[in-house]
Formats: sequence, structure tokens, C-alpha cells
Amino acid sequence: MKDEVIKIEGLCKSFGANKVLDHFNLTLHRGENLVVLGKSGSGKSVLIKCIIGLIEPDHGKIRVLGKDVQALNHLQLDYLRVKVAFLFQSNALYDSMTVRENLEFPLRRHSFQLNDSEVDQMVMEALANVGLEHTVDMMPADLSGGMRKRIALARTLILKPEIILYDEPTTGLDPITGLEISNLINQIRDKYQTSSLIISHDMHCVKTVAHRIVMLIDGKCYTEGTFEELSASDDPKIKPFFY
Amino acid sequence: MLYVPDNVKSFLTELGEIARFSTRFFREGFLPRFEWEEFFRQCYVVGYRSLPLVGLTAFIIGLVLTMQLRPTMVYYGVEVQIPAMVGIAIVREVGPILTALIFAGKIGSSIGAELGSMKVTEQIDAMEVSGTNPFKYLVVTRTLATMLMLPVLVILSDTISLFGAYLGVNLYETLTYPLFFKKVFDNLTYIDIIPAFIKTFFFGFAVGIIGCYKGYYCEKGTEGVGISANSSVVASSVAIFILDLIAVQISDMFQP
Ligand SMILES: Nc1ncnc2c1ncn2[C@@H]1O[C@H](COP(=O)(O)OP(=O)(O)OP(=O)(O)O)[C@@H](O)[C@H]1O
Ligand SMILES: [Mg+2]
Repeated sequence: MKDEVIKIEGLCKSFGANKVLDHFNLTLHRGENLVVLGKSGSGKSVLIKCIIGLIEPDHGKIRVLGKDVQALNHLQLDYLRVKVAFLFQSNALYDSMTVRENLEFPLRRHSFQLNDSEVDQMVMEALANVGLEHTVDMMPADLSGGMRKRIALARTLILKPEIILYDEPTTGLDPITGLEISNLINQIRDKYQTSSLIISHDMHCVKTVAHRIVMLIDGKCYTEGTFEELSASDDPKIKPFFY
Repeated sequence: MLYVPDNVKSFLTELGEIARFSTRFFREGFLPRFEWEEFFRQCYVVGYRSLPLVGLTAFIIGLVLTMQLRPTMVYYGVEVQIPAMVGIAIVREVGPILTALIFAGKIGSSIGAELGSMKVTEQIDAMEVSGTNPFKYLVVTRTLATMLMLPVLVILSDTISLFGAYLGVNLYETLTYPLFFKKVFDNLTYIDIIPAFIKTFFFGFAVGIIGCYKGYYCEKGTEGVGISANSSVVASSVAIFILDLIAVQISDMFQP
């Protein structure tokens, strides 16, 4: 059996009467690109925030790199978050800081002992990965949507994470930029051997990156399979996604 | 059961939430890893940005107050007491409350809007996953900055107001600088100055903590940012008046 980096069992989360996740199960293997597919409001962002410990689940077990996320204290959680990076749906770039300061933020905060030239080198390497070295002294507000997404990606890459959680990396971008981001996700996986959990409902992106797809419907893991398997399905709940 | 209208209920709920937010400030604010860099940056931003506005209004108020008082004082034949009277009015009440209200309008709203938009665009969550406690990085630094900078601004504003008053007096009669300030300070005692100074710390705290609270719990969407900016000004202005009312009761007890 392959190495499991994320294992979720029986995850439940409700907001008041709104039952968002209902006994959801998922396993992410090392080096895999796993796509979670579900319609808007189905709880995809909630799922990913539970994994990184931003939202406390009601029930269920989440194990990331062998650690039980709910049992960790602040320090241990910070330590885990160095290895597990999160690309936010809204990019979450700090708009009062330049691109450079944005990228330096996680480096300087996660108490590593780095000197200025090391930090600078890591910033430039991360920017080179997304092909945006020239924007280093610009403000996020002066960049286009696609560039901001790539800067956000560079910021998640800067700590060389083992797992990357992508929350709708291509939503709101034109198809060409979306394809660039999808290709970038593949390049990063090949270069750093990361495992990725990708949330999406953009079929072009899914087709490009997915090794395996999990369908999140009504708070449950409805079914899973490869892109070919699912796109051939006749199930009325799956079919609308693939055409 | 006692009937409580819904808006009263939600007001009380909010009051409780702000109280809880403030306890969190005192609990987490003094734990290790204090964000010095961000704190000094905020002190600069908070103090410096409101300086021109505070200075201008303080000057005008000092001048206008003096001119408005003159006819009455002349009527009772006590125009020599104008500097003393204006001095007491400015130091005890006008300076602190006016500066605090301007501060609430300028800084309270910008804190509310800044934190609100950070919340909406998930920047606060992003800090949390970058090994930073956003409460300490954003709320503690900003609240301490407003708490320390408002008293400084009030001292500056009092001084500028007194210069305005000096000009107001000299429009009608000639009075030298030293004589004017001698008249002002002969009538001011520590009982006037110290309570007025102490209450400004509380005003500053109210502006900071309410702005942060409104931003931190901002509703999703751009509309939410506007609401949190707006309501932080309203709520902190009301809080300033209520604190002022409490302060006057307390300082009265020490009045000889
Ligand atoms: N903090 C919260 N408080 C209350 N309800 C919430 C909260 N966060 C999410 N929800 C609810 O959970 C549900 C799922 O939200 P979520 O953001 O996970 O959707 P999503 O699948 O990511 O959708 P999208 O594709 O639009 O991003 C929604 O109905 C939302 O209203
Ligand atoms: Mg989402």
C-alpha cells in the first residue's frame, strides 16, 4: 500500500442547522494530485480549513503526516503548517505589504534562523518558480488576478511544503491563465515531489492535474475514480460536472 | 418572563462580546513574543496620521471658545479671568473629548476597515497558517498603540488649543505670553490635569479595541467592511462619552 499523508475519517461539521460535512472520508497518498470536486457551497473550503486546523470539526478524525490535527497544541500546529501549505481561494495576499514582504512573512514568522541573503535567495527562487521575478517590489494591488494567484502560489511554495492544499486555484481566471496555473501545479509536483489536494470545479484544471477525483456531494464522499472513469459515468449527480 | 426588545438584546450581546474580546486582549497581550516591530509601526501610523487634523481643530476650538466666552465675561466684568476659564475648559474637557472623537473618526474607522478587509480576504487566516497569532499581531499592537498615542495627542492638542486661546485673547486686548500662561496655570491644579490625562488612556483603549473587534468579526463581503468601519466609529464615540461620564463621577470624589 502507498504512503498515506492525509487520512480523514467520518468528518462532520455543521454551522447551526446547516449540515455542511456529514461523515466525509478521504485519503491522500504521497506524490498524488487528488481533486475534490463539488458544487459551490458544498463545503469544500470548510473541508480544507479543517485539515489545516483553521476550523474545528464537530466529529471525525483528521490525520496529517501521521499526526492527529485536533490533538495538536499551538506550537505543534505551527510546526505542521510548515509542511502543509495552503493556497487560499481569495489569494489572501497582505495588501499593505510588497510582494517581497509577502513572501518573507512566512519565512520570518516560522522562527527559522535565516540571514538576510538566505531569505532573499529563497524569495527569488520562489518567484522564479512562478516566473514573476520582476514583480518583487510591487504591491499586490498593482498586479493582475492571474499574477496575484501566482504570487500566492509562490508564497505557499517558499517553505518547500510536503503537502499543498489548493482552494480553487483557477476560479475567476480566464481559460489560458487557468491552464498556466494547472501546468504550474504539475511542474511543482514534479520538481518538489509534493502531494496535493486540489479543490476545484473547473473541469479544464481537473482534467490537467487530477490523478484521482473525489466527489463531494451532500457532505459525503459520493464516489471516487479517475477522470476517465467519472466522465463516463451515467449517474445523474455526477454527469452535470462533466460536459 | 421580562420582555426585552430585540435591539436591546443585541446591544447587550454585543457589549458582552466586546468585554470578552477585551479579556482576551489582557490575557494574550502579555504572553511572550511581543510584536515590537508592528507595535512601533502602528504607533507611528496612528499618531502621525491624526496629527494635522487634531492640530487644526484644537487650534480653532481654542480660538473660538475664547471669542465666544468674551461677551459674557465682559458683561460680568471678569474678562481678566478668560485665560483661567478657557484653560480649565480645555484641559479638563474640551481637549480630551474632542481629540478622542476625532481620533475615533479617523483611526477607529481605518482600523475597522483594515481588519475587516483582511478578514474578508482571508488574510487573517493566512497569518494564522504562517506561524503568527493574528490576535497578537493585529489586535494587541493596534490597541496598545491607540492607548498610548491618544494621551500624547491630547497633550499636544491641549497645548495648541491654549495657543489658539492666546490669539483669541489678543484680538481684543494685549496680553503677553508669559502672563497669559501664568494666568492659565495659576488656576490649574493636579486635580484638573491628572484625571483628564488618565481618562484619555481609556478613550484610546476603547477606540482601539472596538475598531479591532468590529473588523475581526466583520461580515463577509465588501458591504461588511463598510459596516465595520462605520460601526466602529459610532460605537467608539458612544463609548468615549460613557467613559467620560464615569470619569467625571470618579474625579469629582477627589475634588477638595
Ligand atoms: N464560518 C462560517 N459560519 C457559518 N457558515 C459557514 C461558515 N463557513 C462556511 N459556512 C457555510 O458552509 C457552507 C459551505 O461553505 P464553503 O465555503 O465550504 O463552500 P465551498 O464549497 O468552498 O464553495 P465555493 O465553491 O463557492 O467556494 C456554506 O453553506 C456556508 O454558508
Ligand atoms: Mg470555497
